[in-house]
Amino acid sequence: MIIVFALFLLTLLVITALAIVRSENLFVSVMLLSIFSLLMAANFFILDAADVALTEAAVGAGVTTVIFLSALALTTEREKQQATAQHVALGSVCILAALIIYATFDKPRLGDPEAPVHQHVAPWYLEMTPEHIDIPNVVTAVLGSYRGYDTLGEVFVVFTACIGVLFILGVRPPEQSAKRTAESGGLRHHLIPQVVGRLLIPFIILFGLYVQFHGEYGPGGGFQAGAIIATGVILYALLEGEGAALAAIPRPVLLGLVVGGALLFGAVGIACMLMGGAFLDYSVLSADPVLGQQLGIIIIEAGVGMAVCGALLSIFHAFAARESQP
Amino acid sequence: MIDFAIDALSWILLTLGGVCVLIGGIGALRLPNLYTRIHAASLTDTMATLLIFTGIMLQAGFTLASLKLLAIMVFLLLTGPTATYALANAALLSGLKPDAATITSKVTGGSNG
Repeated sequence: MIIVFALFLLTLLVITALAIVRSENLFVSVMLLSIFSLLMAANFFILDAADVALTEAAVGAGVTTVIFLSALALTTEREKQQATAQHVALGSVCILAALIIYATFDKPRLGDPEAPVHQHVAPWYLEMTPEHIDIPNVVTAVLGSYRGYDTLGEVFVVFTACIGVLFILGVRPPEQSAKRTAESGGLRHHLIPQVVGRLLIPFIILFGLYVQFHGEYGPGGGFQAGAIIATGVILYALLEGEGAALAAIPRPVLLGLVVGGALLFGAVGIACMLMGGAFLDYSVLSADPVLGQQLGIIIIEAGVGMAVCGALLSIFHAFAARESQP
Repeated sequence: MIDFAIDALSWILLTLGGVCVLIGGIGALRLPNLYTRIHAASLTDTMATLLIFTGIMLQAGFTLASLKLLAIMVFLLLTGPTATYALANAALLSGLKPDAATITSKVTGGSNG
């Protein structure tokens, strides 16, 4: 039964992808991209990857849609017509697609226990997590501790992306921009969305915090929590105006979150070295190695959450500040 | 006996909910302009939310899952009509006249019109 549903979702995914490519109205494309992400999240969930599904739903369907729309407000809605080199592009895409489809013939069947990916280190992680770290969610154990280097790298990717966007868009535009930002009223005349939004935003933030601190026991963790909290604040910015959101969380605080989150992660690694362990080997953080691992994971997850939340909001504000210019 | 009754009731609710979604989908495709399409999609959607979630909650019984389903249902009941209102209001503000006689095939951007 579930396989039928999965096939249905994948078919919809292909249809949506084709519609995105064919649509010439960029606004429609953005909306379809959001639907694409939501379908993808449902697919991830069917494959039992609840952590990834949460991220995809919050970032793909939520935050990026708003950021794309902010970017669209700076440009035009219509795709530029270009007649050149379409055949070359079509040809290379067809060849690539054929190659990828050919490559899937060698892929192990879905959920095959004999697949190479289930033979390498995965069984070891599953077996050793209760002994080393003693938390139920193995994904968090792998992400936070066993593959801590990779996660540190991801946080620095987020950090770099944020800094890059700020360098391009964050240049303070001359004079009236600040005034206009304070003036832009969001959906002030839309009473009903505002009332409902005020009702929902506290619960969205609360859910984000739950996802943050429940990451060791259920699906979730820093990436998801940061994205969910960011969506809550972006909703606030959309409803009450960007100025109100900036008054609630000023830019320096956002930058502090990004830098502080990345630094916190790195500092935990250095602290581990100072206490006699290897970089990001949390066992030395406490007298009891298991407790040390749990402590380390909680701290680095907090760092990840801070960095992701701060980065998404900084990028959103960077676009929105441009938007309010004439 | 009581189990069977609950099961039957739950399936009746789920089927009715499915029918609601189907009617809403057909309406959103077939009706002539934006406002009538929103009308078709939103009312059936709210009804379907109630029916389907009540149906699933009957299946789940008195468990934590039921409580979570209730929370999701309240969330959808709050956000669905709000989104509909915001959409219709935005259309009105951008100058689309709520006239039943107008036939607009461009409201969906022409990608499926």
